[in-house]
Amino acid sequence: MSNRIDRCFRALKEQSRQALIPFITVGDPHPDWTAGIMHELVSAGANIVELGVPFSDPMADGPVIQEASERAIARGASLHRVLDTVREFRQRDADTPVVLMGYMNPLERYGHAAFARDAAEAGVDGVLLVDCPPEEMLELSPELQGKGIYPICLLAPTTTPQRMDIIARNAQGYLYYVSFKGITGASRLDQAGIAAPLEEIRKHSALPVAVGFGIKDAEAAAAVAKFADAVVIGSALVQALAASTSSTDAEQRARVFLAPVRKAMDNGRV
Amino acid sequence: MQSGDLLKRREVDREASPTTPMGSEPDERGHFGPYGGSFVPETLVHALEELKTAYLRWRTDEEFVARMDDDLARFVGRPSPVYFARRLTEAAGGAKILLKREDLNHTGAHKINNTVGQGLLAHYMGKTRVIAETGAGQHGVATATVAARLNKKCVVYMGEVDIARQSINVFRMKLLGAEVRAVSSGSRTLKDALNEAMRDWVSNIDDTFYIIGTVAGPHPYPTMVRDFNAIVGREARRQTLEQFGALPDALVACVGGGSNAMGLFHPFIMDRGVRMIGVEAAGRGLASGQHAASLCAGRPGILHGCRTYLIDNDDGQIQHTHSVSAGLDYPGVGPEHAWLKDTGRAEYVAVTDAEALSAFHQLTRLEGILPALESSHAVAYGLKLAAGMRPDQHVLINLSGRGDKDVPTVAELENISL
Repeated sequence: MSNRIDRCFRALKEQSRQALIPFITVGDPHPDWTAGIMHELVSAGANIVELGVPFSDPMADGPVIQEASERAIARGASLHRVLDTVREFRQRDADTPVVLMGYMNPLERYGHAAFARDAAEAGVDGVLLVDCPPEEMLELSPELQGKGIYPICLLAPTTTPQRMDIIARNAQGYLYYVSFKGITGASRLDQAGIAAPLEEIRKHSALPVAVGFGIKDAEAAAAVAKFADAVVIGSALVQALAASTSSTDAEQRARVFLAPVRKAMDNGRV
Repeated sequence: MQSGDLLKRREVDREASPTTPMGSEPDERGHFGPYGGSFVPETLVHALEELKTAYLRWRTDEEFVARMDDDLARFVGRPSPVYFARRLTEAAGGAKILLKREDLNHTGAHKINNTVGQGLLAHYMGKTRVIAETGAGQHGVATATVAARLNKKCVVYMGEVDIARQSINVFRMKLLGAEVRAVSSGSRTLKDALNEAMRDWVSNIDDTFYIIGTVAGPHPYPTMVRDFNAIVGREARRQTLEQFGALPDALVACVGGGSNAMGLFHPFIMDRGVRMIGVEAAGRGLASGQHAASLCAGRPGILHGCRTYLIDNDDGQIQHTHSVSAGLDYPGVGPEHAWLKDTGRAEYVAVTDAEALSAFHQLTRLEGILPALESSHAVAYGLKLAAGMRPDQHVLINLSGRGDKDVPTVAELENISL
């Protein structure tokens, strides 16, 4: 069984294009709107969708995603609801990979085996646990992999070459390079500064490399796409969606935000 | 009899105890049984490795240890006495009640033991900036104190709710030159201050040392903070032997994150005849759901870098806690406590706000000692425990801090305007 993520990157490679990966927090601005926003993002050029699983104590996130999580939890979002959203999305989209991004405790409560089973059944392709380095994934990884779900791993500017090997051995699908030492949404991206670390990462792994944290607009995305295989854009999109007044409004905002990013990335290619 | 090596001191503690080892040291990755570990974003992994290496190196360095001992003796004022509370004992009508007087330390609580150690470590690691989270403000004050002395920039994160109820400590930190940053996310208490300090650390990893105030967080913090506080237990063990010719029959300490309790308990772990009892905050009662008793009423999960008992709902969202004492108002607990609970070596109980307040008054009136509201929880349970024991037995209560900071809170609770 081949994972949608592999198929996605294979297809993009043939076209010499880079993946655009928008991140949204499930349940914000409203739990009922999330699946609709996902479809709109795909139609505006997203190749993979990352869904933030709301958590009460998101220690790696900046204020935008913290507040989105708080709003989502207040409106009843939960890991169960996240899986419902994926099921709803899959009714109309069988191909676009979906990756869940979040923290360990909701998954602990759900139960590792139950989560792997339900997530696979719902149509989840990858799981990125922000507070779980590979050393702590020894129990969870086999559960996920047994159901064909890829563990997506983070790499940071502080990751040593030795650790890159450890992470590369555990990761599947793609590697996610955190572009600077900081939290999500901070504006410290040094576009030129990512070239060297990406070159180093590629010595340790043949997986595609996505870059995220601090990419705010089309221009930054296009610049990063020159070096990376994929661009993740989160806080700026979450911010753009936050004030939506209806599902139609939210979908409109998603399209207006993402379409220019796609265009800039595709125009930027040589 | 003090060896110039923190590691050897632990072995000395152990040899002195004629019992079988029970493995209270974590594995290399900081696991106490299924608890502990290092659940952190990738950016922090390297910093924690660096910290672990530095700690392992400096804790066996003679100069480092000598400097720390000198600070503890002449700056903090150690050893703190073990005091026989005669009138309190009479009131309980059972075992003799002894108080380990951590309230007499410089800055007024056990927290300084740890900040002296971590502050010095930050200095030896060449870090120019220290950050901390604080609940009651005691750890913030203790951090600001060592930062002033070591000439480090200092930022303390504190929840808005706690800033309101601990205004004296907030001002003390500012007097000491620290910047106090109000945290307005989540429940606006200690747990959110910890999140915010973590975010600061991730963002300023190169020049910043994060001085965690309790035995929680990712490895090596639970072990390191325990080791720095273990002087409490080492002294208490020696003092009770010297003064009373026997080890105490029971140790009682309050548990929020659990650093004062862990510091007291650890040197006694091999003394199987010594009961160890941690007292959590039952707030308005365990049944009310408004409490902070993660060991008594929570379940294992993952928070702030470690697997431990915590208070969450069925979706895994961490819940708001309640305690009259800001220092106990935390939904998690140190992972070694979780392990001591599961193995049965320590027992954990909870007392309510009302019981703690009553003990606060009792100790103040009977002994002329005004305890912190945190420590009042230990006093409350110590009284109950002593009442059911024989007069030739000893209960040692860790009086972890003084209550000056809580005077406005107590006045407000009793509708007295100051």
